[in-house]
Amino acid sequence: MPMSAPAATASGDVAAARARAAAALSVLAVAGARIGGIVLRDSSAGAQQWIAALRERLPTQMRVRRLPSSATDDRIFGGLDLAATIASGTPVAERGVLADAHGGVVIIPLIERMPVATQARLGAVLDSGVAHVLRDGVRAEFAAEFALIVVDESEEDVWGVAAPLRDRLALVLDGDVRVNLDSLPDAAAIATARALIDQVQADDEVLVGIGTVCAGFGIASDRASRQALWTARALAALDERTDVEEEDVALAVQLVLAPRATRVPAPEEPEPEPDQEPASAPEPPPPPSQEPPPPDQPPPDTNADGPPPDPSADDGQMEDRLVDAVTAAIPPELLAALLARAQRPSQELGKAGAEKESWTRGRQVAARRGKPDGVRRLHVLETLRAAAPWQRARAQASAVRGITARSLIVERDDFRLRRYVERAGTSVIFVVDASGSAAAQRLGEAKGAVEALLVESYARRDRVSLIAFRGTTAEVLLPPTRALARARKLLASLPGGGGTPLATAIDAAVTAGVSARRAGTMPVLVFLTDGRANVARDGKGGRAESMRDALDAAATFRQSTLAAVLIDTSPRPEPMAKKVAEAMGARYVPLPVVDARSIAGAVALAKETR
Amino acid sequence: MRVAFPFSAIVGQEQMKLALLIATVDPSVGGVLVLGDRGTGKSTVVRALPALLPSMKAVEGCRYGCDPAANGSRCDECRERALHAVRGKLPVIDKPVPVIDLPLGATEDRVVGALDIEQALRNGEKAFEPGLLARAHRGFLYVDEVNLLEDHLVDLLLDVAQTGENVVERDGVSVRHPARFVLVGSGNPEEGDLRPQLLDRFGLSVEVRTSDDVQQRVEVIRRRDAYERDTATFLAAWEPSDAAVRAKILAARKRLPTVQVPDAVLLKAVELCVELGTDGVRGELTLLRAARAGAAIDGSKIVTDAHVTAVAPMALRHRLRRNVLDEGGSGTRVARGITAIYGNG
Repeated sequence: MPMSAPAATASGDVAAARARAAAALSVLAVAGARIGGIVLRDSSAGAQQWIAALRERLPTQMRVRRLPSSATDDRIFGGLDLAATIASGTPVAERGVLADAHGGVVIIPLIERMPVATQARLGAVLDSGVAHVLRDGVRAEFAAEFALIVVDESEEDVWGVAAPLRDRLALVLDGDVRVNLDSLPDAAAIATARALIDQVQADDEVLVGIGTVCAGFGIASDRASRQALWTARALAALDERTDVEEEDVALAVQLVLAPRATRVPAPEEPEPEPDQEPASAPEPPPPPSQEPPPPDQPPPDTNADGPPPDPSADDGQMEDRLVDAVTAAIPPELLAALLARAQRPSQELGKAGAEKESWTRGRQVAARRGKPDGVRRLHVLETLRAAAPWQRARAQASAVRGITARSLIVERDDFRLRRYVERAGTSVIFVVDASGSAAAQRLGEAKGAVEALLVESYARRDRVSLIAFRGTTAEVLLPPTRALARARKLLASLPGGGGTPLATAIDAAVTAGVSARRAGTMPVLVFLTDGRANVARDGKGGRAESMRDALDAAATFRQSTLAAVLIDTSPRPEPMAKKVAEAMGARYVPLPVVDARSIAGAVALAKETR
Repeated sequence: MRVAFPFSAIVGQEQMKLALLIATVDPSVGGVLVLGDRGTGKSTVVRALPALLPSMKAVEGCRYGCDPAANGSRCDECRERALHAVRGKLPVIDKPVPVIDLPLGATEDRVVGALDIEQALRNGEKAFEPGLLARAHRGFLYVDEVNLLEDHLVDLLLDVAQTGENVVERDGVSVRHPARFVLVGSGNPEEGDLRPQLLDRFGLSVEVRTSDDVQQRVEVIRRRDAYERDTATFLAAWEPSDAAVRAKILAARKRLPTVQVPDAVLLKAVELCVELGTDGVRGELTLLRAARAGAAIDGSKIVTDAHVTAVAPMALRHRLRRNVLDEGGSGTRVARGITAIYGNG
């Protein structure tokens, strides 16, 4: 079997990426619904090649359904069959695409366009294997076990797949997902493995290995460990074995667990003696009552008897090698970030809270019952849908009362109103000068003001993000988030020192501002700087050069019409800062005279004037 | 439909299990809110309840599962039937405690109930077809990803959960029926905050985390795998443990009315609430009820400080005045309060 472990070197390594894509494809083809599915983070073209290669290798009779991300709930999960309902006079449930694909595969392109709530429901169906219909007068349940392939084309550091759904999908391929067709097993080999997978055994050592990796890399979800186990079984089956071997687990943890790492195990690793309970263990996992667990389920802490779960006598334990394998599979730049104990920036968009209901504009959502008036408009189709089941009954009732039935009887209770949600809220982007010139103490004061602003932002449910600049670069420390405590923590621990690359910072601010605007929020940029640029765009020093670049960047900023406030952090109002602020079209606030309130006021004013 | 994973076989998650047991013993503590990481078995615990809980007595043929013992809170249909029954006695059956799932996309008519179309067609009469709320009566109503549920549905649920009655005025029917249930909501706070009004209405709130303990993690995988590979054997092996919990619940329910709260314990519990600055009396009330149910589960006839401190985090953490910039999190703040009032013990 050409199932070699991808050599995990630099993330740009094309061969490794191809090998990963091929391994993921084979695993999904074999394990199917057992592992939930896969996220393909690539352009549509790359994903299509991968999906086509998969389809060629699936059993020919297997159902494959494509689901547009704009599909309505009734089409996805099932709903009222309008035609059949009108014909029969009683509500008739209709299967959705998920139930239709039972036993097969569902593909959703552009998952980033699908509302979070819908994605969460998809996740629930993946868990239960059942699609529940509870709407429009019908109640039904349809079996719906399928493997889900979602294509996520959102930008690099943003997830379009909502977290509840992502957790249910074992695999993720990032970047180039294309596969080398020659390296893939053929349809016959896949079929053999599919027949074999349920017989594959995994011994305790394998479970210990997976558990160790999950605990060590801070992977909270127990789904992940189950998915890793099934992935290992699929790999063994592909090799026509009925026992999971170490190579299977090694590749499985790289495919399933490495992308979910939130930290790396402590490097020193003061390996406790096998029989000694580590003091940090919060509590052993006893059953809720005092009774001993059933005889064939030995409690985890009795290593003395029962099947020996940890073969500590072996030289070099499998779990250690697995930890190494996962460490090797994490891209170097991410590994560095994890090692630095810096948490991965929250990639959650918090979309749910950013939307607010509207009767007039925004994205259309499920209609509601009610009376139409000047503002609330009738949703004709939904109204007909509501009226449909009643037609025969109403016709009968009319006949009894001696009224000749009209062709369609709509009553007030049928009225459905169009309803929309619109993105709302402000996104406050802090652009903080962490250079040496913005003296530490001044920055400290500014931080106090910013904290007050954060509290206010919280009350308004704004999102905040944080860009820091020093040396030669401007770095997004925190993408837009509502986790304000995180923003504060980051701000408090911001190291100072180095040059002031103001031009680069302004450029970064434009990018962030425009992207926040595209996400439907109203961005406001808050600059904290003394405005004394001394690093130019090319990274070289020189005050005159740097200032020219800064003013040039400021002009671009002005064109973007983004709202901004520049808080001058120098001890005395700094003419350069004022000049830059004016060039940007930003409100200028010298720190010596400000308190938190006046900053907040300035931000509010900046918003209004744009 | 997959068979649920047995309650006793769930590794860890003691806080969540305790909260649900307390709600089972004394449903008046209010709902249970479970927040935490994904994949940590929140749903698994809830779905294990039907098999775990002792069955309940209900009026035979009642669509709302009325309690034969509670004459005052019967539905209209039972009241009507009782008038014609011998000595007002209605036939009784045993039925499992309902644990009803509210899927996110459910529409209002399916939740509160609506006119029964079939009946209307066949007999030309306006009959009410009960919704989810009726099915959940005397049991649990579970909303996964509660923070993603549409606001108007959440309001509706909270309203019914509080009054214990579902009032329907739509499609030309006018019906009211008892709907007392324990609302269990779960979610991940990262997906969007819960509205404060919603938070406060839940009686208990627990935070679910996964242990970093390797042995515990391995045990989770081991049991889960054993369950998936041979469900029948696994269920049989754990049934005695579930039966023991069941017996404990029954004993606790019987004991609950006689459990005493000494004045000294009561005083300290109130001090704790004052120290933490919890809003309103709801916190104190819930704390006491939960402590009493905890004592009953524990087999004790008297509530002690230990019973209070054991449930204080789940009863109070979501009632603290919000301070976003406190990095400690609400759990830590409750723990600090406990230390301040009860000392390190």
